Amino acid sequence: MDTEIRERSPISFQGIDPSPKARISIRNLEFFYGQTRALKGIDLDLPENQVTAFIGPSGCGKSTLLRILNRMYDLYPNQRATGEVLLDGQNILEKGTDLNRLRTKVGMVFQKPTPFPMTIHENIAFGLRLMGVAKSEMDGRVEAALRGAALWDEVKDKLTASGQSLSGGQQQRLCIARTIAVEPEVILLDEPASALDPISTGKIEETIHQLKEQFTIAIVTHNMQQASRVSDRTAFMYLGELIEEGETAQIFTRPRNEQTSDYITGRFG
Amino acid sequence: MSASMTRRKAVNAVMMTLSTGAAVLGLVVLALILMHLLVRGAGALNLAVFTQDTPSPNAAGGLRNAIVGSLMMSAIAVAIGTPIGILAGTYMAEYGRFAKLSKVIRFVNDILLSAPSIIVGLFVYQLLVVSFGHFSGLAGSVALAILVIPIVVRTTEDMLLLVPDQLREAGLAMGWPRWIVIRQIAYKAAMSGIMTGVLLAVARISGETAPLLFTALSNNFFSLNMTQPMSSLPITIFQFALSPYQNWQDLAWAGALLITIAVLALSIIARLVTSRKEKS
Amino acid sequence: MTAASDIDTRSKNPVAQSDRVFGALTLAAAILVLLVLVGVFISLVMGAWPALQKFGPAFLWTKSWNPVTNKFGAIAPLYGTVVTSIVAMVIAVPVGLGVAIFLTDLCPRVLRRPLGIAIELLAGIPSIIYGIWGLFVFAPFMQSTIQPALIATLGKLPVIGALFAGPPYGIGLFTAGLILAMMILPFIASLSRDIFGTVPPMLREAAYGMGMTRWEVNRHIVIPHVRTALVGGIMLSLGRALGETMAVTFVIGNAHRISGSILAPGTTISAAIANEFNEATTPMYVSSLIALGLVLFILTFIVLACAQWMLRRMKAKAGV
Repeated sequence: MDTEIRERSPISFQGIDPSPKARISIRNLEFFYGQTRALKGIDLDLPENQVTAFIGPSGCGKSTLLRILNRMYDLYPNQRATGEVLLDGQNILEKGTDLNRLRTKVGMVFQKPTPFPMTIHENIAFGLRLMGVAKSEMDGRVEAALRGAALWDEVKDKLTASGQSLSGGQQQRLCIARTIAVEPEVILLDEPASALDPISTGKIEETIHQLKEQFTIAIVTHNMQQASRVSDRTAFMYLGELIEEGETAQIFTRPRNEQTSDYITGRFG
Repeated sequence: MSASMTRRKAVNAVMMTLSTGAAVLGLVVLALILMHLLVRGAGALNLAVFTQDTPSPNAAGGLRNAIVGSLMMSAIAVAIGTPIGILAGTYMAEYGRFAKLSKVIRFVNDILLSAPSIIVGLFVYQLLVVSFGHFSGLAGSVALAILVIPIVVRTTEDMLLLVPDQLREAGLAMGWPRWIVIRQIAYKAAMSGIMTGVLLAVARISGETAPLLFTALSNNFFSLNMTQPMSSLPITIFQFALSPYQNWQDLAWAGALLITIAVLALSIIARLVTSRKEKS
Repeated sequence: MTAASDIDTRSKNPVAQSDRVFGALTLAAAILVLLVLVGVFISLVMGAWPALQKFGPAFLWTKSWNPVTNKFGAIAPLYGTVVTSIVAMVIAVPVGLGVAIFLTDLCPRVLRRPLGIAIELLAGIPSIIYGIWGLFVFAPFMQSTIQPALIATLGKLPVIGALFAGPPYGIGLFTAGLILAMMILPFIASLSRDIFGTVPPMLREAAYGMGMTRWEVNRHIVIPHVRTALVGGIMLSLGRALGETMAVTFVIGNAHRISGSILAPGTTISAAIANEFNEATTPMYVSSLIALGLVLFILTFIVLACAQWMLRRMKAKAGV
């Protein structure tokens, strides 16, 4: 299996564990808030059709890392990233990058549900229309997206209601539906369930399981049970550094690094 | 109880009485003004005020030309000032939020917000009246627009800054260009606040006199021609109140009442727009 | 796999293009706001240039205002502007603060909101309303009642008696100052109330907890805490009073002279411009009026700039 992947991949893997084909490759990534260095020399691959979870204490840089992958930090002054983040072989940190197109390829779902002030249908259809999806296809695409996020049965009779009238868990699944509707390659989830009740959390986690067949997923979470439930690979970060990364089972049962082990067993963090 | 405590309590009682007295005095004076306005204005108000034009001294007439002139000039002032104000406010809250230029403009805008309106009149006189050679309703509209702009800029910026960044980021994360995010998300969320600002701006200009004195001037006849001098309610009140003729003075009071009702109504509607939003 | 180049803007996509257009539009509007202020200044300087050239800085302290001899000076209207504003501030600031303290501390809870809203609504009433009321109601009342009483009492005192000398005209600097005070009172009251509202409740509670009386809490805790913003708010009101035209023009008397008595008729910069601009016949007359406008603009600019600076400092302190 290894050899086959090496042949297909445009990126060489010198010095890194053999792993499935990388959708995103991070090389020597550093990030600065003004003079403060928030990320230090990160090297990491996000393998295709797998869920990679980022764990670590607050302020460790896991959310910062996620916000680099769709260049969200561009919105604010005095924030800059150096190094390489390769998406399909293209360094997205380069100046000429078309952020609109990048973000349709790398979708993101935030911690707090952010339905737009539009109807449920529009929340999904608006982005599709911008991408030039024809009117005749629209209803089908909206339904497919809502089914993908396991929301269709709950909202199919009130598609014209405001997206903001839904419950928190439904709102979050609407945001997921909206993101998958535009068919990105990668989905970034920034603590998507931290503001939700356990039942809604369960539904979101189920959805994530379904989604990885189609998408590459990165999820930030401070809930370690959640990381172990939903992810294939786990990356532990601490103070802006990537301490350890590997298969989730390995990280949670046989961590190589002492800090990782301390964090996982609850001795700090 | 110690002597110092007694003294402190006495001082407190005196000061609190004075404070209450100030509130009563202020309210009484302001109530008196409104009362006189209502009595003298309502006494002079009749149908002719709305259907006839300004008369010659001691003849029958109304304020139709002045009312129509005021409405037209205010409408055009809002039509000019609102888009400029919203765009400038958008720059400060969105594209230029972290730019030094925004700080400068915020300062300049706050100065314009309180600058004497007669100065604005002088500016537009030099800019439009001198260069075109005559007074015009359009010049009056431009002067009023300059008063509208800072109010709309201020409320637009304030309201856009209240829109959570999360919502903006969510839009951008969809790959939408910034202006779509602003239009579909930020403006939608800020709309009622911006509307309030526009209404307050209309309230402000509907009673403004000084900027019209040497821009629109006035006109004793009914006219819809914006390129010619145009009559307005405030200027008519100014001229008629200072005249020795009883019928002109009565019309001045009627006009003053109309303006006050309009201003109060606009301010109350503006409040309702905001409070409805707060509830939802 | 998709072509690598399609997240590259060098392929100039129309979406990014449209964003640049809208961004440029907002920038243009923002710069227009800046240009208005610059334009006001330049146009005033240009219009005032003939007068400034002829009279030089002496324009500021020349008393003459004579269209026949074409000799103009700003001191009389400048004096009137300052005196009416001082009268207005001396009355409106303490009363306004009193109203604000009443509204935040003393007012029964049920009345607090309606009264607060009433004051805010009154702050929006156009100045011409105050002007017409001053002319028809207040000035006659001043002439028949207040001014004779002042002349009979304060007018007899040594030193300050001169301020209240002369016949009761009804109209004049003092009446104009009082009308101005009524006009800015709601503004000062609602602004101060908002500023008092920024005091953290904890601070008040702690002070009451130490056994302070209401007055002591306001005097020693609340007012010192918001001092900078309060001064800023008062400066903002002063800026309004200095430039106010219509409330003053009706009752000032429009006389270019400086009298010892504040009961005498006078004029202010804005009243002089409002009354005389359309009747000014010679270019030098017009230019002198615009020069008056320039003086007023510079004066209010300085006052308003200080006000902004102080209000900003307060905001920065509150961490807003």
